[in-house]
Amino acid sequence: MTALKHPQILLASDLADGEVVFLGAESWERDHRRARVARDKEEAAALEGFGKAEIAKNRVVDVYLADVDVGADGVPTPLHYREKMRLKGPSVRPDLGKQAKGGA
Amino acid sequence: MTAHDPSLARPNTPVTTYRYDEFDAAFVRERVAEFREQVRRRLEGSLTEEEFRPFRLMNGLYLQLHAYMLRVAIPYGTLTARQMRRLADIADKYDRGYGHFTTRQNLQYNWPKLIDTPDILEALAEVEMHAIQTSGNCIRNVTADHFSGVAPDEIEDPRATAEFLRQWSSAHPEFSFLPRKFKIAVTGAEHDRAAIMVHDVGLRIVKNAAGEVGYQVVIGGGLGRTPFVGKVLRDYVPRADLLAYLEAVMRVYNRFGRRDNKYKARIKILVHEKGIEEVRAAVEAEFAAMDRSAFSYDPAEFERIAGFFTPPPYEALPAESAKLRAERVTHPAFGNFAEVNAAPHRVPGYAIVTVSLKPIGGIPGDATSQQMRVLAEASERFGFGELRISHEQNVILPHVKQDDLFDLWKLLDGAGLATANAGLVSDIISCPGLDYCALATARSIPIAQAISKRFSDLSRQRRIGKLGIKISGCINACGHHHVGAIGILGLEKKGQESYQITLGGDPTFSASIGEILGPGVTAEQVPDVIEHIVDFYLAERQEGETFIETWRRIGHARFKDVLRREGEDGADI
Ligand code: HEM
Ligand code: SF4
Repeated sequence: MTALKHPQILLASDLADGEVVFLGAESWERDHRRARVARDKEEAAALEGFGKAEIAKNRVVDVYLADVDVGADGVPTPLHYREKMRLKGPSVRPDLGKQAKGGA
Repeated sequence: MTAHDPSLARPNTPVTTYRYDEFDAAFVRERVAEFREQVRRRLEGSLTEEEFRPFRLMNGLYLQLHAYMLRVAIPYGTLTARQMRRLADIADKYDRGYGHFTTRQNLQYNWPKLIDTPDILEALAEVEMHAIQTSGNCIRNVTADHFSGVAPDEIEDPRATAEFLRQWSSAHPEFSFLPRKFKIAVTGAEHDRAAIMVHDVGLRIVKNAAGEVGYQVVIGGGLGRTPFVGKVLRDYVPRADLLAYLEAVMRVYNRFGRRDNKYKARIKILVHEKGIEEVRAAVEAEFAAMDRSAFSYDPAEFERIAGFFTPPPYEALPAESAKLRAERVTHPAFGNFAEVNAAPHRVPGYAIVTVSLKPIGGIPGDATSQQMRVLAEASERFGFGELRISHEQNVILPHVKQDDLFDLWKLLDGAGLATANAGLVSDIISCPGLDYCALATARSIPIAQAISKRFSDLSRQRRIGKLGIKISGCINACGHHHVGAIGILGLEKKGQESYQITLGGDPTFSASIGEILGPGVTAEQVPDVIEHIVDFYLAERQEGETFIETWRRIGHARFKDVLRREGEDGADI
């Protein structure tokens, strides 16, 4: 088990509609709170491997790992402002994106 | 009878716009059908993303931070009421009820689904619009002065040339895979409103000593990572040689442009590395040696195209409207609008109206579908059904009777479209930045909103005068920050959004690239810094001087000094 500097989650975009999705326990989730968290390098590699296979199955595009902070409630929050933005939607239009659906 | 027979004018089609012939229409339809098939194969799984990406980019479809993004071309910024309505309908049916007008006279939809894009493209094709060559390493949407055909300082309407070039460059087999994207802008006026000095090729319509109309050709301008002001390649190219000459330019670029390094692939780098003399020698040699007959200029064809841009049936009116003069006094808010957003027209009794898409605190360039419909209606009631999109992300009504200005204003005001700030500090150009763009390093829209709110007082804005603020969310410079009198570039510094400010940029014939003011500042500090700069300018300016004139006269160092002193006072900048 090789330690990660930070826990990580896997993000992607859904092929058909482009929405940001997160790899959850079994499949892609639209709510980051259900994202599976990798705590060491082996787990992160497994997430990535799953993501690559999903790309090959034409379900998602643009798959990558992002560093997160895991709260006391177990919910992962990305460390970088770019991914923080992706799990809500445009900061200038709270009525659009995931935030509009009460997702984040 | 041909499709170009003026008697075939369709309802709502203004008299001054190019109309597709059967070949154009068939070509666009075929492209849509082809893309529908590509999307089908992608969704079904027989195309991988690597295989599909070039196809989607050829149709203007990107993948952004939150969704796909579709970029629709508005050739030389000219749009009919019918087309504007169609853009609104698409926004409602397939997107989220709005669209974003960009600095390249395009419209971007921020939320289309991949699955819907063939239907969107079909809906566009029905009104002679498309997304072809709005992405990829080809000749992009040819842009032009948004006051084309109506500006008093114009030698000739540049749109005929722009359309001529569009037909030449569309699906041009040799130039579909250039080293990088290629942008051409055309102006026919004494004042440059098309930023031709910062395009790969800028064309300026000029007259030679014999009074014949031809072109000054400027090449190698551009913004992005390495900004350059273009250089004059030739002072005069006769119209008969224009296509052949540009063909020679493109060939030289295609042959010598650097394909080894994406960041060095633009023609500006070629011009910079080889020098304009060497590039000129290569272009002239190619021009002399090539078989020009293939690009032979057919005056009848040019005249045919120019025929689409003939003036609408204006009325004979007095130069100044008494009605307007009276209404300006009785309705001061309208008076301000008429003073700031209406520009002189070449025809007596008419005005060119800039409809600002920059309400105080709003998102620069965004228009709701409802606003698009109001704009379409405004153009039909008061402007021969014609609209323009400016590279400043505003909408222009090019032929409004001065007598109608007040009624127009009331209509616009009801739709939140009457902000009297055209050209003033709150008329900010801003790219989408990190709120939408996958390449961004920081947000740009909230910065524009904060500055706009800080300067919300329109009478103060008028006292400040013309001042262009331009903001980009990364070094690609889509928001033209390098040529903003005040430019703002969003960057990432130690995991935080940070903003670098430049002063002294100029997008016109006297083009210059802005100089950096100092270290980057935080988002919160930006409005303060801008205010200090503006106050310093107000204190220093001489009668009648614009910001850029004051800056050029007293020098960059003085502006820097002020901010350094402010920093000592605890402003921490
Ligand atoms: C999907 C969003 C966008 C992407 C991926 C994108 C990509 C780029 C890139 C890579 C460059 C740098 C080109 C270079 O190497 O010089 C660039 C520059 C530019 N883009 Fe965009 N852009 C986007 C949105 C926009 C928007 C919204 C506008 C207009 C508001 C725009 C207009 C321009 C302009 C005018 C430049 C400066 C080019 C030059 O003069 O060199 N782009 N863009
Ligand atoms: S300047 Fe950068 S952030 Fe802004 S739209 Fe262009 S690529 Fe995106």
